Order: sequence, then structure tokens, then C-alpha cells
Amino acid sequence: MIRVQLPAHLRTLARVNGEVHLDIHGVVTQRAVLDALEQRFPMLEGTMRDHVTLKRRPFVRFFACEQDLSDDSPDAPLPDAVAAGTEPYLVIGAIAGG
Amino acid sequence: MSGVRVLAGTRKGAFVLTSDGKRQKWDIAGPFFAGWEIYHMKGSPADPSRLYVSQSTGWYGQQIQRSKDGGKTWEPVGNKFVYDGVPGTHKWYDGSPHPWEFKRVWHMEPSLTDPDTVYAGVEDAALFRTTDGGQTWQELSGLRGHDTGQNWQPGAGGLCLHTIILDPTNANRIVIAISAAGAFRSDDAGKTWKPINRGLHSQYIPDPTAEVGHCVHHVAMHPSRPNVLFMQKHWDVMRSDDAGDNWTEVSGNLPTDFGFAIDVHAHEPDTIYVVPIKSDSEHFPMEGKLQVYRSRTGGNDWEALTNGLPQQDCYVNVLRDAMAVDSLDECGVYFGTTGGQIYASPDSGDHWTAIAQNLPSVLSVEVQTLQ
Repeated sequence: MIRVQLPAHLRTLARVNGEVHLDIHGVVTQRAVLDALEQRFPMLEGTMRDHVTLKRRPFVRFFACEQDLSDDSPDAPLPDAVAAGTEPYLVIGAIAGG
Repeated sequence: MSGVRVLAGTRKGAFVLTSDGKRQKWDIAGPFFAGWEIYHMKGSPADPSRLYVSQSTGWYGQQIQRSKDGGKTWEPVGNKFVYDGVPGTHKWYDGSPHPWEFKRVWHMEPSLTDPDTVYAGVEDAALFRTTDGGQTWQELSGLRGHDTGQNWQPGAGGLCLHTIILDPTNANRIVIAISAAGAFRSDDAGKTWKPINRGLHSQYIPDPTAEVGHCVHHVAMHPSRPNVLFMQKHWDVMRSDDAGDNWTEVSGNLPTDFGFAIDVHAHEPDTIYVVPIKSDSEHFPMEGKLQVYRSRTGGNDWEALTNGLPQQDCYVNVLRDAMAVDSLDECGVYFGTTGGQIYASPDSGDHWTAIAQNLPSVLSVEVQTLQ
């Protein structure tokens, strides 16, 4: 089980409280997590990465295990602790203006 | 019992204000979609319970929300706005080629006859349409593909398609406006387009009478007379009597002809409203006095409407989509300010009251007249 923590606005949009739990088969990568997240919550498509290019939106970051994974390859395996569900995968809205 | 529903989009959420036909007591519901920018929300003329909202932020991009019960409940629908084909480039501020990039939906225009069909004007300027209630969106790419498209340049607020007018007498006719490309018209339901900017004069472009490049701020039409269009341009208030083929200036005795909003009285096609703004760099009323100007002659002769509006120390702006009218027997006029006020007049502009005073900065105001 993968644990995902969404920022408040995306929790509201997806109508979830607290963490989202996902089951992912195979290698646990950022792409696999985001694909599974968007499949379960279609309204999140386009909110974290571009619809077409799948590039991360500029003001969204991805953290886990006290590391900033935002610019890592989307196909790189996530840390074992994320894959094991002992640490969450964090989607972060950047602190910027507004 | 008749009533009115005011749909206000703000920098930090949407608000719905309701009143009965007297328009004296108002209930304010919201904020809906708190924290998000609501550039526009509008109801379907074919089904007033059907509302569409453009919701966006710089963080999480674009959402479209739909209500089927007049705003009591909402559901996110499709938010995938992808340009048709290879997008190509338009001109950037410095004149260099710049790829078309979707940023947000500025304006939503529901079909006059089908609640599932909606047009969306977006930045970078393009026109999209849904025919399935917002689930999927397709670009009407003949507009952006116009010969002049590669030369369009953004205004200060971006290259935005902000105005969409559907002709109630001709389903094939659509008028749109883009800052800072100008106005365009389609007579074949959006397949092909032609610039309709003849008569506009803009000193801030190299050729003041160029075919495109004019910073049109808003265009308004009375449904009983669709060939007559009124335009608030960057500077100048303009009028066309031939569906945009030719324009003449009707600024007349306005104290300044800069502004953003313009609208037409619901029952008097020659009664129009603007909110003069001091200048292109000073986006507030003249002398700190918030004044709506009304012409009952289709332009040129204007009168200041001030009763109930602040007449000192007022330095707010009224944005292009932040004015609307209702269609009750005595036409109501409404506008919102960047200071978070919404003013309403139940008597065609003679008397004004603030029906909301402390909202976030108001981006858009639309009104539904409910029977």
C-alpha cells in the first residue's frame, strides 16, 4: 500500500480527507503513483502535471523520506520506505504568492 | 415569484447572491472553491439550474465545475484544454515567436439552446466548445489558425479570449474578442473567422488602424438587435451597426474613455453602461469618484450615475466581465469591483446599493433572472 498526502486544495477537489492509499503492482515509481492517483481521482488530472507532456507543474513539488524528488526521473523507483508504506509520498503546493 | 441570482467570481472563490424580485435583501452563499481564482461563472439560458464555473490557480491549473441545481452542489468536469494539432507560435511581448500555451479559461458562454453546449474563451487565446456538459472540450481551431494568428500579441493581462457573443437570431454567428488581437466574427458556427476591427484606432500599435492588434476590452450586444455591438476598447467606446464590419467612436462626453466593462440595458437596446477608468496606467475612477455612465442614445451622450456610489477616496477598478444586467420589468444593473464590493441598481442605474462589501477582488459578475 502506498500512502499519498495531497495538499489541501487537491484533497478538497478530490473530496478526500487525510491520506490516500493506493495499491500499485510492479515497480513503485512516481509515474506509477501519479497514474494510479489520477485514475482513481480523474479530477486531479492536469493539477499536478501537464495533461499532454506529463511534466510537473511548476508550483507543485514531490517529496518523500525528507528528499525532494521533484526533478527525479518519473520512472526511477521510489524509496523502499514509500513502496512499503512506512513513509508517505507528499504532493506539495509551493509556497509562492497568493 | 421572480428573483435574481448574481454569480460573482473572485480572486479567492465564487459567491452566489440571491434576492427576490424587489432586489432589496440579499443572501450571500460562498465562498465556493475557496482559495481558487474564479475568472467566470455563468448559467445556461436553456436551463437556469445549470451553471458552469472556471476555477483556476497558478499552482494546480484549470478546473471546470458544473452545477445542475443552481449552485447548491457542484461537480468537477473536464479540464483538458489541448490545442488542435501542432500549436505553433504567436508573438510575445518583445515580438519574438512564443509557443501557444494554455493558461486558464477567462470566459464561459453556455449555448442559448442546449445546456450541454458551452463555449470557453481561454488564454493563450483560443475558443473551445463542449457538447457533453463540460466532460470534453474541443478547440474551434479555425480562429487561432486565422492568417493573422501568428502575429497576435498579448495585452498586459495576457493573450486572452475574454468575450463570446452568440447571436440569438443566427446560430451560425459568433463574435469573440481577444486582448490584444481585436474582435473576430464567424458566420459558420466557428469554422472560419474574420477580423472585425475596421474603424478602430489604437495609437499604441505601429499601424493604428491595423486589421488586428487592437486591445478590445469587452463587447456587448442586446439580443433584440444582434447587429448592433458596443465595445469598450483599451481607449475609446465604440459602436457597430453592422455586426462589427465597421465601428464608430461613441465616447462623446465621457470624462475618460478608458475602461473595461460595458453592458446594455435589458429592455432598451440603446441604453448602455460603462465605468470610466482614469487611464491605462491608473486603473481607478477619476478623482476617486466611482461613477457609472449611462447613455440612452446608444452612445455619445452620457450621464453620470452616482446615487449610492462612493464619491470620494474610491480607487477600485471594474474588470471587463464584472458588469451584468437582469431582465426584470425594471432592469437591474450590477457590477463588482477589485475592492470586493458588488453594487446593484434595481432601477436601471438611478440608485445603487452595495449588496456585498467585503468580498475578495471581484473578477466577474453574471446575473440570472429567475421566474
